Amino acid sequence: MEIFKADVAIVGAGGAGLRAAIAVAEADPSLSIALISKVYPMRSHTVAAEGGAAAVTQAHDTLDYHFNDTVGGGDWLCEQDVVEFFVGQCHREMVQMEHWGCPWSRRPDGHVNVRAFGGMKIERTWFAADKTGFHMLHTLFQTSIKYPSIKRFDEHFCVDLVVDEGRVQGVVAIEIATGEFRLIQAKSVIIATGGAGRVFRENTNGGIVTGDGMALAYRHGVPLRDMEFVQYHPTCMPGTGLLFTEACRGEGGLLINKDGYRYLQDYGLGPASDKPRNKFMELGPRDRLSQAYWHEKQKGRTIQGKHGECVHLDLRHLGEAYLRERLPQIYELAVEYLGVDPAKEPIPVLPAVHYTMGGILADGKTASGLPGLYSVGECSSVGIHGANRLGSNSLTELIVFGKVAGLEASAFAKAHVHGKSDLLHKQAEDVQRRAQAIITRQGGTERSSVLRKEMAQSMENGCGIYREAKSMQATCDTIDTLRQRYKKIRLDDHSKAWNTDWLMAIELGFLLDVAQAMVYSAINRKESRGSHQRLDGYTERDDVNFLKHSLATFAGDDAPRISYGDVKITKSPPGTRAYGAAGEKADAERKAQQAAQGGSHV
Amino acid sequence: MSDTTTRIIEIEVLRYRPEQDAEPVKETFQVPFTNDMSVLQGLQYIKDELDGSLSFRWSCRMAICGSCGMMINGKPKLGCQTFLRDYYPGLVRVEALAHFPIEKDLVVGVEDFVGKLASIKPFIIPKEPRTLEQGEYLQTPAQRDEYEQFSSCINCMLCYAACPQYGLNNEFMGPGVLALLHRYNADSRDGAREERMQIVHQEEGVWSCTAVGYCSEVCPKGVDPANAVNQNKVNSAKDFFLRFVAPKGAGK
Repeated sequence: MEIFKADVAIVGAGGAGLRAAIAVAEADPSLSIALISKVYPMRSHTVAAEGGAAAVTQAHDTLDYHFNDTVGGGDWLCEQDVVEFFVGQCHREMVQMEHWGCPWSRRPDGHVNVRAFGGMKIERTWFAADKTGFHMLHTLFQTSIKYPSIKRFDEHFCVDLVVDEGRVQGVVAIEIATGEFRLIQAKSVIIATGGAGRVFRENTNGGIVTGDGMALAYRHGVPLRDMEFVQYHPTCMPGTGLLFTEACRGEGGLLINKDGYRYLQDYGLGPASDKPRNKFMELGPRDRLSQAYWHEKQKGRTIQGKHGECVHLDLRHLGEAYLRERLPQIYELAVEYLGVDPAKEPIPVLPAVHYTMGGILADGKTASGLPGLYSVGECSSVGIHGANRLGSNSLTELIVFGKVAGLEASAFAKAHVHGKSDLLHKQAEDVQRRAQAIITRQGGTERSSVLRKEMAQSMENGCGIYREAKSMQATCDTIDTLRQRYKKIRLDDHSKAWNTDWLMAIELGFLLDVAQAMVYSAINRKESRGSHQRLDGYTERDDVNFLKHSLATFAGDDAPRISYGDVKITKSPPGTRAYGAAGEKADAERKAQQAAQGGSHV
Repeated sequence: MSDTTTRIIEIEVLRYRPEQDAEPVKETFQVPFTNDMSVLQGLQYIKDELDGSLSFRWSCRMAICGSCGMMINGKPKLGCQTFLRDYYPGLVRVEALAHFPIEKDLVVGVEDFVGKLASIKPFIIPKEPRTLEQGEYLQTPAQRDEYEQFSSCINCMLCYAACPQYGLNNEFMGPGVLALLHRYNADSRDGAREERMQIVHQEEGVWSCTAVGYCSEVCPKGVDPANAVNQNKVNSAKDFFLRFVAPKGAGK
C-alpha cells in the first residue's frame, strides 16, 4: 500500500475543508496538507446552499442581537461561549471571502448587500443571488489553487482513521478510479465531511451526504452530540425534496394553505402584515414553520399533490424581474422541475430533511476528545446550533470554524512527530482487508439499495417533525435489524475500478450507524425542544431534566450508549422561546426582568 | 398523461468495464418511469433494481454540482435536468461525455479539465491590496454584472463535449476555462489580466476556437462561454497589436 505523509490531513473538501486547508497553508507554508475528498471539491454539497451567510453588518445591528437570535433559535441548547466567539468572527470572515473574490450581491453604493432570514432580528445575511453556497465553494476551491502546500486527493474515499499511541495518525483512503488503497499518515486530522441527511427518505441533500466522517469518529469512540435534532426545511419540492431557499421568504414570499390563508398566524407567529417583519410569520424559524405545516395537514387544510400534501409558497407579488434578480435558481427549478412559473403561480412545497444540528463532539476550538482529531462544519457539533439552526448560520460556520480547525490542527501537527509507519501500515492493511471483504463475501443475500430504502423510510416514520415513543421504538428496532442484515450484503459489482456499488455499501454502513445514534438519542429525550417535538406526554421543554446535550457513544453491535453533558450558559438564561407578537412581548419582559435585577446583559 | 402514471421506457447505456470489456458495449434496460423523472433517476433505478455495477457520477440532483454530465441521444446534457418523458416512446441513449477518456461506464477522466482550470490563476490577484480591517472592496452592481455570468460555471464540462476543437486537439484551453479566465479578468478587484492574457495569447488559448458556438448552446447555466472566448479574442488581438505601439499595460 502506498503511504503518503502529510502534516495535516483533511477529510472533505467542501466549504469547511477548503477553508481549513487555506488556514493551514497560510499559518505555515512549510506544513504539508493532504486534502482528501470522495468527489472533486466543487461537487461538495456546500454547492447547493442557496440563501446566504450571516454576519452582523448594519449599523443598527449588534453582536448581542445575533447571539440572542442564535441562542433563542436553538432553544437554549447552544454553547453560549462558542456562539459569542462565532458572532464576533462572522463579519471579518465574510470580508475575507469578499477579498478572495466571492461575488456577493451589492447595494448601489458598492457595499455588500444583506437580506432578511428566518429567526433573525435584523437583516444580516450576505448573499450571492440564490447561489451563495455555490459561489462560496467555487471561490474557496479556486483560491486554494494558490497554495502549493495543499495536495489534493480528489475522488479518494476515506474508509477509516488510523489511531495509535492514543492519537489519530492518519486515514486510509481508496482511490476510486483504481480501487487502490492509500495510507495518508498525518500528525493531525480534520474531519469536514458534511451532514447525514441521506439517512432520511425525502431530503434536500446531495447523494454524497452520507455521514461518513461522523461515523468514522463515532466508531473510534468520539461521541456524537445532539443527534436527535434534525432540521426539516419547510419549503422543499414534493417528491425529490429539492430546496426552495428561505430567501424566498426573506425576499417577501408567503406561505398559504389550500384556502389561500396565511396559516402561520394560527401558530404563534402572527399577526400577519403585508410587509415582511423579521421574526414574524414567514420569517419565523424553520422548526416552527415545519411544525405548522404538520398541524395544517392534520386539519385537512393542505393541498393534495402527486407526492403528498403540500402548502403553497407564493412569490407572485414579487414580479418576474425581481425574482430573476434575487432568486434566479429558484425560478429555474420551479419552471424546469415542476412546470410552475413562480411569477404566475404559487409553488407547491412541503418540509423535507435538510440539516443535522448534531455531530461529532467538539470543543469551541473544533477539537475532539481523541488527540489530533478535529471536526468542522455540518459533521461537527461545535455547539452553535442547539436544538434548531437558524438559516444562514451554517455557511458562516464553515468559514469561521474552518479557519479555527486549520489553525488548531497546524499547532497540533507542529507539536507532534509522525508515528511509526510500519505499525500504522499494518492497521491500514486490516482496514483494507475488512473493506475488500464486502466485495469478496460469499453467500450474501441482501441488496444494499433495499436496506438503504428501508432505513430511510423508517427514519422518516420514527424521527419526523413530531415524534412518539411507539414509532421511535419501531425505528430503533428496524435500524438494529438492518445493521445485522447489513453484514449479509451481496454486491453486483466485484471489480476494482469505479466500483460505486461497493462504495455505496460502505456509505450505507456509515448511514446506519449515524441513524442508530439519531433514533436512540431521540427516544431518550423525553421533552420537546426545537426540532425535537413529541406528542406522547412530553410536549413541553423540560429544563430541569433536559437542558443537556445528548451524547451517543458507539457500542459495536449493540445500541449506542446515551449519556448527557452540560450546556454552557454564559449570559442568556433559558427563557420563553416565542416569535411574532408573542416574541416581542417575551423580549420586553426579559429586558424588564433583567433591568430589575440590575443585569446589563442581553 | 398524468404525472403519476407509470410507463416503461428503454434506456440504452454505453457500458465500459475496464476489467472485463475490450471496448464499450451497449446494454438496454427497461425502466418504469413517471412524468417527472429525470434521466438520472432512470439510471438510479437501474443501479438500485437491475444492475448495481452500473457506474455514474451524481450528487445534488438540481443542476448545480456539475457531476452528472453525459451524452443523451448524442447531446451533452446534465442527467438530472433532462426528463425521460421527452424521449418516450423512443429510446434514451446514454453515453459517457464525449471528448474525455472513459474510466468506467458513464464516468470520464476529468484531470485534463481540472488541470487547465488550475493553470489560469483562477483567483483574485488584487489590483490594490486591502486589509480585512479596511473592509470589503466596493463593487457596484454594474461592476458585478461585468463578470457574474462567467462566474456561474458549474464545471460540468458539457461545453468541452460540445467543442469540435477540443475534440480534435485537447491542447486547446476550451470554453469553460476561458470563461473562468474572463471572469477574473473582468472583476474590478483583480489586477492580473496581463498575466492571464499571456496564457491566452498562446495558440492553444483562444485562437484555436473556430466560433462554432455549440458550447454556449449546451451550457445549462447560461454562462455563454463562446462570448467569453470571443471577448478574449478581441482583447488578445488588441494586446498583440498594441504592444508594438504602446507601453506595457496599455492594452487594458
